[in-house]
Amino acid sequence: MKVAIVKYNAGNIYSVANAFRRLGVEPVVTSDAEVLMKAERVVFPGQGEAHSTMAYLRAHKLDEVIRSLKQPVLGICIGMQLLCRHSEEYDTDCLGIFDADVVRFQPERHEDKVPQMGWNEIYDTQSPLFKGFDKEEFVYFIHSFYVPLCQDTIATTNYIQPYSSALHKDNFFATQFHPEKSGKVGERILSNFLSIDI
Amino acid sequence: MLAKRIIPCLDIKNGETVKGTNFVNLREAGDPVELGKRYSEQGADELVYLDITASHEGRKTFTEMVQRIAREINIPFTVGGGINELSDVDRLLNAGADKVSVNSAALRRPELIDEIASHFGSQVCVVAIDAKEDNGGWECYLNGGRIPTGINLFEWAKEANERGAGEILFTSMNHDGVKNGYANTALRQLSETLSIPVIASGGAGKKEHFRDTFFLGHSDAALAASVFHFGEIPIQELKKWLLEEGVNVRM
Repeated sequence: MKVAIVKYNAGNIYSVANAFRRLGVEPVVTSDAEVLMKAERVVFPGQGEAHSTMAYLRAHKLDEVIRSLKQPVLGICIGMQLLCRHSEEYDTDCLGIFDADVVRFQPERHEDKVPQMGWNEIYDTQSPLFKGFDKEEFVYFIHSFYVPLCQDTIATTNYIQPYSSALHKDNFFATQFHPEKSGKVGERILSNFLSIDI
Repeated sequence: MLAKRIIPCLDIKNGETVKGTNFVNLREAGDPVELGKRYSEQGADELVYLDITASHEGRKTFTEMVQRIAREINIPFTVGGGINELSDVDRLLNAGADKVSVNSAALRRPELIDEIASHFGSQVCVVAIDAKEDNGGWECYLNGGRIPTGINLFEWAKEANERGAGEILFTSMNHDGVKNGYANTALRQLSETLSIPVIASGGAGKKEHFRDTFFLGHSDAALAASVFHFGEIPIQELKKWLLEEGVNVRM
């Protein structure tokens, strides 16, 4: 299986590569349009801030490349947020794959720390991405911005309010959490992504 | 619901795990990567690796160890110890660490926190604080608890929060190694004044201490070392017990 990971100015890219290696797949980390287009799976990972990462993607024409992909694509964390229409983080226009806008957590009680950092549950999972999931599972999150529930929601998490912890539309899948850091549950999600048939 | 985290901490010297009592008398406790893997399988939520080596050669060994951890372990881990400037952060994040913990260098030059937050994001920046209570006040210490600073714990934690820290890791020097429970009064005050998560450190000796720091200290996570390294409290058993006690932990 040829897996390509989009290389750009976001953190945490090599953790994703390591996670695929643990599954026995050697991914290529690249910003080369041709390699990305030809891969059987593309992962768009990251940790970072919407505005500067979006500016980088545009400057390197990676925005057009990502939009044009036809194979299964997995966005992770900031990768998922950038696949949405718009982010409240520095008022950033994003890639517009998902019909949703990214907004900031507004704490209601003092215990609601922002960023949400740590393990939280995903529920109402409905996608081949979560094949074999029959109950809530804990996965690892670090984020200050979130996607509200929408028509593309395929997993829900509750933090301050229920929100989208994963999205799916056409060949695009995305998780707000980090499957590469979510222990055995995360490994199952990445392995499901490799065997998805669209 | 967001789970309370249990975090084993591994002190690393020249590539080996060690743990002291009240910051002195180091004992050996095994291979850091193997130990981390075992903790991860037992249900640890995150790992912290602190480099307490002083030499240049030791730093290199530590960076190589971080690469090995990143390859083998599938939960988040933080590294700290000897981080003085942005290039140290860059080196360790590039080696595969998820977060870095800064301590003395940030007290000496607080702008380091702003720099890390703006270059890599707040989420990677853990500010570790060693403090001691004396005459009713909490004072921050430098260099692993050796040099008093005259800086107040709560003021420094608030400043670190405002400068862009993603988490505060507070070690009470009065409680560390004593195994008599965490500094819950101070932890609660931190938790109530800060907008970011607080990790309790120093004082874990039995299961009740973990429950108490979550309920009384309002801590978001609890860190411990020797009780895990020497098998006094198996992590799985601890989390099962905490769940029965009403603490939301990941099983």
